[in-house]
Amino acid sequence: METKTAIVQIKNLFKSYKRGSQIIPVLQDITLDIADNEFMALMGPSGSGKSTLLNLIAGIDKADSGSISVGGVAITTLSETELAKWRSSHVGFIFQFYNLIPVLTAFENVELPLLLTGLSRKERKEHVRMALQIVNLTDRMDHYPSQLSGGQQQRVAIARAFVSDPAILVADEPTGDLDRISAKEILDLMERLVHELGKTIIMVTHDPRAAEKAHIIRHLDKGVLNANTQAAS
Amino acid sequence: MQILKLLLKNSFRHKLRTSLTVFGIMIAILAFGLLRTVVSAWYAGVEASSATRLITRNSISIIFFLPLSYKEKIRQIPGVKNISYSCWFGGIYISEKNFIPNFAVDAKTVFELWPEFVLTDKQKNDFLHDRKACVAGRKIAEKYGWKIGDTITLRGTIFPGNWDFTLRGIYKGAYKSSDETQFFFHWDYLNESMKKTSPNRADQVGWYVVGVKNPDLAADVAAAIDKTFKNSLAETITETEKAFQQGFVSMTEAIVIAVRIVSFVVIIIIMAVMANTMAMTARERIGEYAIMKTLGFGGWHIAGLIFGESLIIAFTGCAFGIAATYPAANAFGDAMSTYFPIFNVQSETIYMDIAASLVVGLVAAVFPAWRAVKLSIADGLRRIG
Repeated sequence: METKTAIVQIKNLFKSYKRGSQIIPVLQDITLDIADNEFMALMGPSGSGKSTLLNLIAGIDKADSGSISVGGVAITTLSETELAKWRSSHVGFIFQFYNLIPVLTAFENVELPLLLTGLSRKERKEHVRMALQIVNLTDRMDHYPSQLSGGQQQRVAIARAFVSDPAILVADEPTGDLDRISAKEILDLMERLVHELGKTIIMVTHDPRAAEKAHIIRHLDKGVLNANTQAAS
Repeated sequence: MQILKLLLKNSFRHKLRTSLTVFGIMIAILAFGLLRTVVSAWYAGVEASSATRLITRNSISIIFFLPLSYKEKIRQIPGVKNISYSCWFGGIYISEKNFIPNFAVDAKTVFELWPEFVLTDKQKNDFLHDRKACVAGRKIAEKYGWKIGDTITLRGTIFPGNWDFTLRGIYKGAYKSSDETQFFFHWDYLNESMKKTSPNRADQVGWYVVGVKNPDLAADVAAAIDKTFKNSLAETITETEKAFQQGFVSMTEAIVIAVRIVSFVVIIIIMAVMANTMAMTARERIGEYAIMKTLGFGGWHIAGLIFGESLIIAFTGCAFGIAATYPAANAFGDAMSTYFPIFNVQSETIYMDIAASLVVGLVAAVFPAWRAVKLSIADGLRRIG
């Protein structure tokens, strides 16, 4: 049996929020390894800390204590500037509400992360075309988000997430705002990204049908990671 | 390039709000430009002064006269090149509302001392040889429809009676800053009348205009003139034309200061309006800024977008404001030519317009940009949903 190396290693992670003088624990002593090229679903009730854990793995929030290593980089030790640079090349984001920039076309939205790279205009164009081809939206590249359906917008958002070729994609309820057919298309697309492009996907979801697409499902409850690892069918 | 495109698209995303803000800035820049031009117009006489002209007047006050006999004594003083004299006549053309600056002048020398008032040789000659002749500036001639040969009657206030003059010349200014609203006639004509009606007022002049050979000698010549008439019945004060004009302006300095303050208040008000626009804009886009940060854009990239947007709006308003300033200044200058004979938009005013817009654009963006830099991505994403 093949043993996959862990691309994400989390050790003894604690995170809490302050509300006035009250300290609310959100994540408690999380230790978790996520293997390379794995599609992991993170489930749990609202307020269980799923999105917070996702944000910490993606380097957009700071832990109270503990360590997170992604691809061998201890991101908990990086400064804000270093984290911003790291995010631009190592993590792609997929959000529930797509979060495209409304004044930019599909093409321009996908091109946005590439502006931070040293790629030439021509190279950027090639990358964007390829990404839109993968999500099957080349015919809509000049459309603005308002001219696209929810499913199409999410496909543009996915293209934006992987266009700079990050190793990890984090998805926070990517099908939460979509109908069943569109949701299936998005999940199939994410599956393809794992199988064909070798990406690692960490997906937060409430939807058991979405979680079924994952290789592995982990449950969080009140900030504690359930010890049982559930292999998806 | 794409960032610039985003900047432009963002700037005009909320069309009504941006249009109203641009309109507000345009009006503010227009008001600022006009008020600054009023201030410049106030100092136009000072600015148009020659460094080689001195004014000698009675040391008590300009309203007291000096004897005509001083003329030859002043001419003898080393450094003096030429000399002329004038007298404020204070005549009224038809009614008080038609204010015309009118002077009795020494016809033989007046245009030597004021070469910026340009007359044709024929008109100069006609003026010299007709004791009842007068010369008017181009602007007032146009304003009242005067033509060469017309008889112009002024009602005297300081020198009572109706005074008829024949227009023999219409002078033009050699420079943009030259005053084209003055009215000159022969001092000899006035003096002859005084000799008949008020002999004690005859052979008196309002002030002397002294041309010096070298501007560096001006202080020495001025001191020498005043020394010559020390302890006489009419002691003198001699100063450069600039200082003389400045003396008039300083009498109304409070008004100039008030105009200046109002011009800056206009800018401060529009700065507040612009800051409000940028604050609203940035608050609406908090989520987008968070998304951009997740993509790897740093706080300073976002701040750059906010500053850029603010500057685009400010400079768009500024461009429209400057474009509107010129026709507005022309219309204002024409309507107020009696009070502001020279009403030109100075290049300094345009630079100040641009500087004011730059300050408005930058200041308005400071707070929203600071918030965007400090924005935590997690907080920003939470605002989206």
